[in-house]
Amino acid sequence: MTTYPDILPQLLETLKPYAKKIGTLKETTDLVSELGLDSLQVMQVLLKIEDQFDISIPLNNLPNIRTVKDLGMEIEMLLKA
Amino acid sequence: MSLFSKFLSIQQAREEILQSGINPFHLTIEKINSPTEGVINGRQTILVGTNNYLGLTFHPDCIQAGQEAIAQEGTGTTGSRMANGSFSSHNDLERAIADFYGMPHAIVFSTGYQANLGVLSALAGPGDTILMDGDSHASIYDGCRLGGAEVLRFKHNDVPDLEKKLRRLGNRSQRTLVIVEGIYSMLGDRAPLKEIVEIKLKYGATLVVDEAHSLGVLGKRGRGLAEEVGVEEGVDCIVGTFSKSLGSTGGFGVSIHPEFEFIRYTSRPYIFTASPCPSVVASTKVSLRIIRETPQLRKQLWENAQTLYDGLQKIGYTLGAEVGPVIAAMIPSKEQALGMWQGLLEQGIYVNLMIPPATPNGESLLRCSVSAAHTPKQLETIIQCFANVHSSLKEQTPSLQT
Ligand SMILES: Cc1ncc(COP(=O)(O)O)c(C=O)c1O
Repeated sequence: MTTYPDILPQLLETLKPYAKKIGTLKETTDLVSELGLDSLQVMQVLLKIEDQFDISIPLNNLPNIRTVKDLGMEIEMLLKA
Repeated sequence: MSLFSKFLSIQQAREEILQSGINPFHLTIEKINSPTEGVINGRQTILVGTNNYLGLTFHPDCIQAGQEAIAQEGTGTTGSRMANGSFSSHNDLERAIADFYGMPHAIVFSTGYQANLGVLSALAGPGDTILMDGDSHASIYDGCRLGGAEVLRFKHNDVPDLEKKLRRLGNRSQRTLVIVEGIYSMLGDRAPLKEIVEIKLKYGATLVVDEAHSLGVLGKRGRGLAEEVGVEEGVDCIVGTFSKSLGSTGGFGVSIHPEFEFIRYTSRPYIFTASPCPSVVASTKVSLRIIRETPQLRKQLWENAQTLYDGLQKIGYTLGAEVGPVIAAMIPSKEQALGMWQGLLEQGIYVNLMIPPATPNGESLLRCSVSAAHTPKQLETIIQCFANVHSSLKEQTPSLQT
């Protein structure tokens, strides 16, 4: 079963292109305030991640996802479901 | 920090735009002369951004029906249909809409926004899933949220992505509502409805189509995209608005399912707001009849759309979608769009300025909505004015001279 420790490196790889400005990405990096993703980029990133992990991320859960870690945990939860 | 701190970023974005010397935020039509003409900034202006697709706002029959209704039924209903009762005219209009669509059940709402809120929130609640097109109108986003269903978004007009998401749902797909629009309001592109209906049937989902911009515009009888592509039987529910081709205000839902009537008991946007006022109901009923009886209007609209589309394309504009009543010229930058919008206004042409974040893909758009009421002379003037401002596309920093 895929768990958070397996998900994190893949997630960091996917987010890398969006982190050019800030250099290194950490688990605690805030996707909006630090990465500066606008709503369009958020949508693109999510679509990429959905395909990567074969999951669908509900819009309802987005308000709770702030950091890279939150996103990773969400992916873990959806893979478990 | 206070409650009001959150407005700071909006204020900054606003200031930034105002610094260009252009204020697109408080446009006022000082006088409205006809479906296609008004006075803006003291100047006689051709209106090309009204969604008044069939030009019915000044139709003498609609005006007369509205006037008579005010005289007979008063200026307002002063209450909701659930608490304060329906007027016969509400029921009549619902029957007229049901009849127009050939579907047994119709419910009228006070606006199209509330029709989406009311229908979507009532149909899909906790435990259900909604699959919405990513480019959907705000009223669809809000309606999805209001009901408490799980909301998933598929890539705009991307049928494989829709199918992928339905597949992932497993047997939950049978408790899933798919919502798409007939014609999308910003770029004027259409949903691939035939394919969507096939997928919906395959997975046993329920399909709702918002025909806000396609009612009176597409289809042999003007019912919209589902009629145009011959898939009405595969659509569970249609929502729409009176505020575009019908030339008034209000919204509706129609459906083949008898359970649809129960929305009246569960839908907060139906229950907790005043019902549409008599004059609006009366004019709408007449404009619906006109749409039915006057296919020439639709023909004229499409001729006009073709003329404007060809004219803008010839000048060199990149246009958003296929020919249709919504024609969006894509402008490379927000600054250029702003300058060109103002340039058009100063020549007496009003179009919609659409800039991010309100637009799909972060585009800046000069959005035109064509009307059957635009005359050949007006169309010629519109195209000429678009040609005049086109030169600013070639300049690096657009100057704002006229
Ligand atoms: C696709 C779509 N749905 C619904 C609405 C809402 O309609 P209304 O203006 O009647 O509230 C609009 C337009 O505003 C729209 O473009």
